[in-house]
Amino acid sequence: MSEYAIVAEGLTKTFGTFTATDHITFEVRKGEIFGFLGANGAGKTTAMRMLCGLSRPSEGRATVAGFDVEREAEQVKRNIGYMSQKFSLYDDLTVEENLRLFGGIYGMTSADIKHKANHLLSNLGLTDLRKAMVGRLPLGWKQKLAFSLSIFHNPKIVFLDEPTGGVDPVTRRQFWELIYEAADRGITVFVTTHYMDEAEYCDRVSIMVDGKIEALDTPSQLKKNFSVGTMYEVFYALARKAKRGAG
Amino acid sequence: MSSIVVANSLSKQYGKVNALCSLSFEVNEGEIYGIIGPDGAGKTSLFRILTTLLLPDGGNATVDGLDVVRHYREIRRRIGYMPGRFSLYPDLSVEENLQFFASIFGTTIEANYHLVADIYRQIERFSTRKAGALSGGMKQKLALSCALIHAPRVLFLDEPTTGVDPVSRKEFWEMLQKLRTEHGITILVSTPYMDEAAWCDRIALIQNGRFMQEDTPAGIVKSYKPVLWSVKSRQMHELLHDLRRFNMVKTAFSFGETYHITLSDGLSIPQLKGHLETCGHEQVEITPIAPSIEDCFMELMNQTL
Repeated sequence: MSEYAIVAEGLTKTFGTFTATDHITFEVRKGEIFGFLGANGAGKTTAMRMLCGLSRPSEGRATVAGFDVEREAEQVKRNIGYMSQKFSLYDDLTVEENLRLFGGIYGMTSADIKHKANHLLSNLGLTDLRKAMVGRLPLGWKQKLAFSLSIFHNPKIVFLDEPTGGVDPVTRRQFWELIYEAADRGITVFVTTHYMDEAEYCDRVSIMVDGKIEALDTPSQLKKNFSVGTMYEVFYALARKAKRGAG
Repeated sequence: MSSIVVANSLSKQYGKVNALCSLSFEVNEGEIYGIIGPDGAGKTSLFRILTTLLLPDGGNATVDGLDVVRHYREIRRRIGYMPGRFSLYPDLSVEENLQFFASIFGTTIEANYHLVADIYRQIERFSTRKAGALSGGMKQKLALSCALIHAPRVLFLDEPTTGVDPVSRKEFWEMLQKLRTEHGITILVSTPYMDEAAWCDRIALIQNGRFMQEDTPAGIVKSYKPVLWSVKSRQMHELLHDLRRFNMVKTAFSFGETYHITLSDGLSIPQLKGHLETCGHEQVEITPIAPSIEDCFMELMNQTL
């Protein structure tokens, strides 16, 4: 297999006359933490849906974990994990039931689920809460559990859509430590965020404006290119030029 | 300056969970008052009580001199409320939504157009589009216009910028500043983004149903007690572990491209630098730094644990 976890070539999605994602080309290396930034309406969600095998490209192509997102969408889904702030876990199932459900969906054996669940729960310090309804957990714990669950089946790549929205500053940092641990295990991390300090935690960052990738590099190189001191300023310089989204 | 919102020992429980624990505070007329804290801290419960949509279990509150329980009808006429979740009618057009909110408050778009003009003009060219088909940014502007169209005395905005990118968030706050400055509207606004504190006149930092601190943003930064240092080295990943493993380092948190740390008394900076170099770090830089509201929030969380 190649050294890339994700390869997109001219990936495009149109809705009628509107081009949501406009010929984006990029690669994500294996084990990399890749920040996928952009203003609201820049086309990030549409791009991410195509990469997850949930939406067919109108033009161009992409492979994820070596599988074509259009022709091998099911294989793509089997090899990725996904988590967002909006959808993560079932509130009215217990911690353990959520683990069994997601493990089962990804085709893990009962023995495997049991073994890994014990490990995951002790890692998060949640062993005593395994019978607790997820809806009763504090948000911070829930988000950390949701992330651990998104990589429970040991996917090659995990997609995180604003995973830290609304969580407290301490938990937000603990969450990033979990991301680093996953990357150390060789899982490629593809993450969107509106926190510009989190952009600094990524190995490389892309910034989308009006459907196109306008910049892609390491945070330090981007700051150098724009002669600014923070990722916020890089983002601001690019996103304020956006013609759509702001409207 | 007179207080337009007054809360006295407000409490709210859901079963065994204390959503609000005896909150007391006052909001001055004409100020932007920010309630800053994570999801689940109690922000929405507080807003729903002040907007007369939820009964408190203890304490009381007044808005524009009226009691939130006894005078709820009158209060509703005098306030504008923008809930966290988009709550306009998706199958009415932009203009129909605005028309609807004007008419249920017994007024017209024309009568108060000057209030919403700056904001509504940005979406006016889509006036026939259904609200449900608008982009996130446009929905937000329409919701703000609808909350303003009856010329309220106080605006309650519950997490208006959650999930919004930093550029659009800045634009939104600039609109709020204008409403306050040009029209004297009092604004209570909640947010999970700590950096938005800078746009508020005064802020309350909320966690677990309690205000950990309430002051001007500058006042909160000023009362931060520890000396804060920013640290970096060539081996950033290992640096955090080494800082945490060193017992003279009290706290260490990542902050963009550096770590913010506080130290135990008696450890000098050359000592720390020496220690880190012994651990194998190169190009160690340690510089004093002014705390941000986020540093303050984390320090307060640490104290209340």
